[in-house]
Amino acid sequence: MNRLLPFIGFMLLMGLFGFGIWWNTRNDPNAIPTPLLNKPAPAFNLPKLYEPTQMVSKADLLGQPYLLNVFASWCIECGVEHPVLEAAAPSLGVKLVGYNYKDAPADAKGWLAAHGNPYALLIADESGRTAIDFGVYGAPESFLIDAKGVIRYKHIGPITPDVLATKLKPAIAAMLKEAP
Amino acid sequence: MTPELGQLALILALLLALAQGILPLLGAWRGNHALMAVARPAAAGQAVFVAFAFGILTWAFLHFDFSVQYVADNSNLELPWYYRIAAVWGAHEGSLLLWILILNVWTVALAAFSQKLPEVFASRVLAVMGLIAVGFLAFTLFTSNPFGRLLPMPSNGADLNPVLQDPGMAFHPPVLYTGYVGFSVAFAFAIAGLLGGELEQAWVRWARPWTNVAWAFLTLGIVAGSWWAYAELGWGGWWFWDPVENASFMPWLVGLALIHAQAVTEKRGSLRAWTILLSIFAFSLSLLGTFLVRSGVLTSVHAFASDPRRGVFILAFLTIVVGGSLLLYALRAPRVAGGKPFQLLSRETALLIGNLMFAVAAAMVLLGTLFPLIGDALNLGRISVGPPYFGFLFPLLMLPVVLLMPFGPFLRWGKGESPLLKQVLLRAGIAAAACAIVAAFFVDGKLKAIAGVAALVWLGVGVLLYAYKRWRDVPPGRRYPAEMVGMLLAHLGVGVFVAGVLLTESLSVTSDVRMAPGQTQHIGSYDFRFDGAHRTTGPNWKADQGVITVTRDGKPVTVMHPQKRTYLRGQVQTESAVDAGIFRDLYVALGEPMDEGNIEGAWALRLYYKPFVRWIWGGGILMMLGGFTCAADQRFRVKRAVAVRADLVPQETRA
Repeated sequence: MNRLLPFIGFMLLMGLFGFGIWWNTRNDPNAIPTPLLNKPAPAFNLPKLYEPTQMVSKADLLGQPYLLNVFASWCIECGVEHPVLEAAAPSLGVKLVGYNYKDAPADAKGWLAAHGNPYALLIADESGRTAIDFGVYGAPESFLIDAKGVIRYKHIGPITPDVLATKLKPAIAAMLKEAP
Repeated sequence: MTPELGQLALILALLLALAQGILPLLGAWRGNHALMAVARPAAAGQAVFVAFAFGILTWAFLHFDFSVQYVADNSNLELPWYYRIAAVWGAHEGSLLLWILILNVWTVALAAFSQKLPEVFASRVLAVMGLIAVGFLAFTLFTSNPFGRLLPMPSNGADLNPVLQDPGMAFHPPVLYTGYVGFSVAFAFAIAGLLGGELEQAWVRWARPWTNVAWAFLTLGIVAGSWWAYAELGWGGWWFWDPVENASFMPWLVGLALIHAQAVTEKRGSLRAWTILLSIFAFSLSLLGTFLVRSGVLTSVHAFASDPRRGVFILAFLTIVVGGSLLLYALRAPRVAGGKPFQLLSRETALLIGNLMFAVAAAMVLLGTLFPLIGDALNLGRISVGPPYFGFLFPLLMLPVVLLMPFGPFLRWGKGESPLLKQVLLRAGIAAAACAIVAAFFVDGKLKAIAGVAALVWLGVGVLLYAYKRWRDVPPGRRYPAEMVGMLLAHLGVGVFVAGVLLTESLSVTSDVRMAPGQTQHIGSYDFRFDGAHRTTGPNWKADQGVITVTRDGKPVTVMHPQKRTYLRGQVQTESAVDAGIFRDLYVALGEPMDEGNIEGAWALRLYYKPFVRWIWGGGILMMLGGFTCAADQRFRVKRAVAVRADLVPQETRA
C-alpha cells in the first residue's frame, strides 16, 4: 500500500491539472463574490509610492469614483493585465489608482519604469496590513469604488480585454449612470 | 519542398523511435538477441533523421523561407544571422524540436557508452529512451508541427521576441534542455532496474555519472538563465520565482537529492527505493516543467504557447509516463530495506537530512508554482503567491543544509565519530565567528551581509579542513579522487553562492534619479555622470543610447552605454549597461526622457551598485564544475560487469 502512495498522489495532481485545463476552456475563473460588495470600502491611510512622506486616506479619495488596482512587481499575472490597463486607462471613465501590494518600493518603481505607469495615483502597502481589511489575498485584484466610497465591483485575477469589455466597463457604466 | 522533407524525417524518426521503444523490450522479455540488437541502430537512425529535420528548419531560417509559418512568425529580413539560428528554438515548436534533438544526443551517447553493460539491461534502458522520444515526436507532429506552411507566403516575417535577442538566449535554452533531458537517462536506468529486478543496485553505479552530468548542465543552464534575466530584463534582479524558473529549479533540487541518494545506494546499498523514486521524480519534474511552460496552464512572461489541445496531450503523456512508472515502482520496488545498517550519527543520516530538505523544498516550490491553479480549483481566483512566499520558506529549508554541510564529509558511513565533529565545529565555528565580527565593521552591522560572510567562511573552512585531513591521512596518489574533488568544489560553490546572495541583497544600492546632461550622482563610492543621450541604430532596431561616465575619487572607471531599443515591430526593450567586476557590478538602465521628444534633455535613470553579485553565478559555476568533476571519476568507467566489484574495497577506507 505504502508503495502505491506516490502513484495515488501523482494521479490526484493529474486530476487537478485536467480540471485546470477543463476549467480554463469552459469557465471564467474570476467570478467570485466579496462580502464587501456594496459595502463601504475599509478606511485606509497609506503613503504614496513616489512621495512616501505624503499619506493618502480614504477620505482624500471621496467625491469621485476610482478603480483600485492591487498589483506587485513580483506578481506574474499583473504583467498580463498591465498592458490592458495601460491601453484602457484614458477611456476608463474613472480614475485608476494603483495599490502596490507587499512590494519593495524600489522593485515597484523599477517594474513601472520597465512596463509603463498607467496610474493616476499610486499608493504603497508594503506590509500588506491594510490589504487584509480589503480582503485581498493575492495580486492582482481590482476594486471599483464609487464617489461615496462604496465598493461597487470586485475582480480577482488579471483584467483581460474580455473582462474589461464584458464586466468592468458595464459595471463602471452602471455606476456612473446611477450617480452622475 | 525542403520543409516537407523535414516533416518526413520527423515521421521516419517517430517510426524508428517506436521500433527502438518496443522491440528491445520484447527482446529482453523473451530473451531474443536479434530484437534486443535493434535498439542501437534504431537509436542511431532516429538521431540522424531528427538532426536532419533540425538542420532543415535552421536552413529555412537562414534562407528566410517565410512560407514556413514558424519561420515567418519568428524572424524577418533584418534579423542578423546569429539570432536567426537562435530563433530556431525561440518559440514553442522549435524548442520542442531542440528538446528531441538533445534527447537523441543523450540516447546516442548512451548507446555508445553502454556497450559493456549487460545486454538485457542496456536494451531496456535504450527502449525507455525510445519510448520517451515517441511521446515527444508524436507531440511535435500532431500538435506543434514546426514545418507547417503559410500561404500565401508573406514578403517579410514578424520578429523574434526582442527579449530573446541577446547572446545569453542563444546559449541558455540548449544548455538548460541538456540538463532537463539528461535526467531521462537516470530515469531510464531506474525503470530498467525495476523491470530487471534481479540487478539490485548495480544500475545505480552506472547511472551516477549520467546523473551528475545532467545535473551539472542543468546548473549551468539555470545560471545562464539567471544571468540573462539580470542583464536583459532591466531591473537588476537575478531570480524571480517565475513559474518557468521554478520549472527548471524543481528538477534541479530533486536532481541534487538524487545525486546524494545515489551515492548512498551505490556505496552502502541503503535507500534503494528512495533512489528509484527520486530518479522518477527528477525526470517527471522535467516533463512537468515542459507541461507548465507549454500548456499555458500557468500564465507567465515565458509562456509562448497556449493551446488546450497541447495541454491535453502533455497531460496524457505525463499520466502514461509518470503514472506508469510510479505504478511499476509500486509493483516492483525492492521490498526489503536492504543495505548496511547505519547509526544516527553517520554520513547516511546527514545525507538523508539533506535529501529530505531538498525534497521538501522541491515540494514547496511545486506548491507555490501551482498555487494559481489550486486557487482556481478551490474557487479562490487566480493569484500568485510570489517571492513573499518562496523568499521566506526557501532559506528556512536550506538553513539546516548549510549548517550541516561541513560535517558531511567528516562523518563515516555507518557510524560517525563525535570528537572529530566537535573539532570541526570548533574550528569552522570560530573562523566564521571571527570573520563575521571583522565583517560587521565593513558592512555597518547589516545582519544579512554578516550572515553571508559567516556562511562563506563556515562552508569554506569546512572544505579546507577536509582537504587538509585527506592530505594528512592518505598516501599520495589516492588523496583526491575526482569524485571527492567534485564534492569539495560543489560545496565550496554553495558557500560562494550564499555569500553572493546575502551580500548583494543587503549591500546593493539602487537609485531612481532624474538626470540632466552634466549632472553627477554619487552611489556607493562611485560618481555617475550623465553625458546625455543620442540616437543609434542596430541591424533591426533603433535606440536611444545614454552615455554615463563613472569615476571613483576622480579617477575614471568606465563609460557605460545603456539603451532603450525599439525593434521593428515597435516592441521596446531596455538594454542595461553592466560594468562587471569580481567584487561589484555597476548597472545602469535607461528609463524615459523627462520631456518626450527631447532626448537631449534630462532622463529618468536607474543606477545600481551591486557588490558581490557575480558570486551568485560564480557559486553556481563551481557547483557545475563539481558535478562534471564527479562524473569524470575513474571509478565510474564501466568495466565488464564482473570487474566492477573489484574496486568496491577501497571505498570502505576512503569513506
